[in-house]
Amino acid sequence: MAKIIQVGMADLKFAKAPDKLMTAGLGSCIGLCVYDPTVKIGALAHIMLPSSLQAKNVQNRAKFADTAILMMLEEIEHQGASKSRLQAKIAGGAQMFKFAGDSDIMRIGERNTQAVIENLEKHRIKIVAQDTGGNFGRTITFDVDTGSLLIRTIGHGERII
Amino acid sequence: MNNLDQFEKLSNLQVDALREIGNIGAGNAATALAQMINTRIEMNVPNVSILEFNKVPELIGGADTYVVGIYLTVSGSAPGSIVFLIPVEQACRLVDMLMGQPTGHTDPQTMGEIEYSAMMELGNIISATYLNALAMFTQLTLMPSVPALGMDMAGALLNAILAQFGEVADHVLVLETQFKKGEEEIVGYFFLLPEPGSLNTILKALGVSF
Repeated sequence: MAKIIQVGMADLKFAKAPDKLMTAGLGSCIGLCVYDPTVKIGALAHIMLPSSLQAKNVQNRAKFADTAILMMLEEIEHQGASKSRLQAKIAGGAQMFKFAGDSDIMRIGERNTQAVIENLEKHRIKIVAQDTGGNFGRTITFDVDTGSLLIRTIGHGERII
Repeated sequence: MNNLDQFEKLSNLQVDALREIGNIGAGNAATALAQMINTRIEMNVPNVSILEFNKVPELIGGADTYVVGIYLTVSGSAPGSIVFLIPVEQACRLVDMLMGQPTGHTDPQTMGEIEYSAMMELGNIISATYLNALAMFTQLTLMPSVPALGMDMAGALLNAILAQFGEVADHVLVLETQFKKGEEEIVGYFFLLPEPGSLNTILKALGVSF
């Protein structure tokens, strides 16, 4: 029986096929799925912030793009995936509020997206699909067996990448 | 000491003080509203609680619950943020209440500029009156920003707000707010997210500090 494993905010979980990974309500956060299609092992991180370097409290490594990816790689290889086969799919990074003035909060989604892409490049992990930006939230379900990522929104349709 | 520790150590007396301020703020908000719309809408704060930020989506029905969120920042001697969250069906009823329309008149599809402004104005009034009550008791200077409105999944709105704070606001102060007009009763949630040190500044000014 396949399970759907819930991933909370600033959280990271691993799964083996036929299980699926799901995270609800991505706003400016990024849902990063990394998987090995050969052994069908995957991970999903709900990343909140671009970098652990500016943070005072870095206890929760899943919160930041740089440390979440490191954590993912250490563990996923441990579980039998091969780093050279890893592929990534990313979703989220929206701008949820409209402010009259210019504010940093407006760009946090964009900065998160950028940071995730840069960190994946650094570790030479290929991004095979991406659905980022916009001004709407996303709930995503990652099927570790097929590698397909289902994205649901409110009023902005549903798609599989 | 960080925010997390501070919130966990709040005593009953301190929570009571914050609830009392919430009720005074709500009373003032009701008066301000009555002057604006010529109808009395009762407002109360029956419950004040402290919650982990992660638990906030559950409180209003899950991370992908469709909600209206009003967000503003507070500057001055105790900086922080204020968020007002209400499920979208409730928000529509509240708009009907505010605009003197029969319940069911507004639905998420028909929410237009006027309905958004009504919600925004409501958020503005509640936040400003709450801050005024807080400022009056504490003698602190607290200034609200212009509010921003979002309508989407609760989790999506909340993580956009939390991302601005990064690691600090792991816990939030929740003021459950009731709106009543005749038989109709609507509940929304008002969240206060103090920046590090702000909560202590407030409690100290109230004479109930650690």
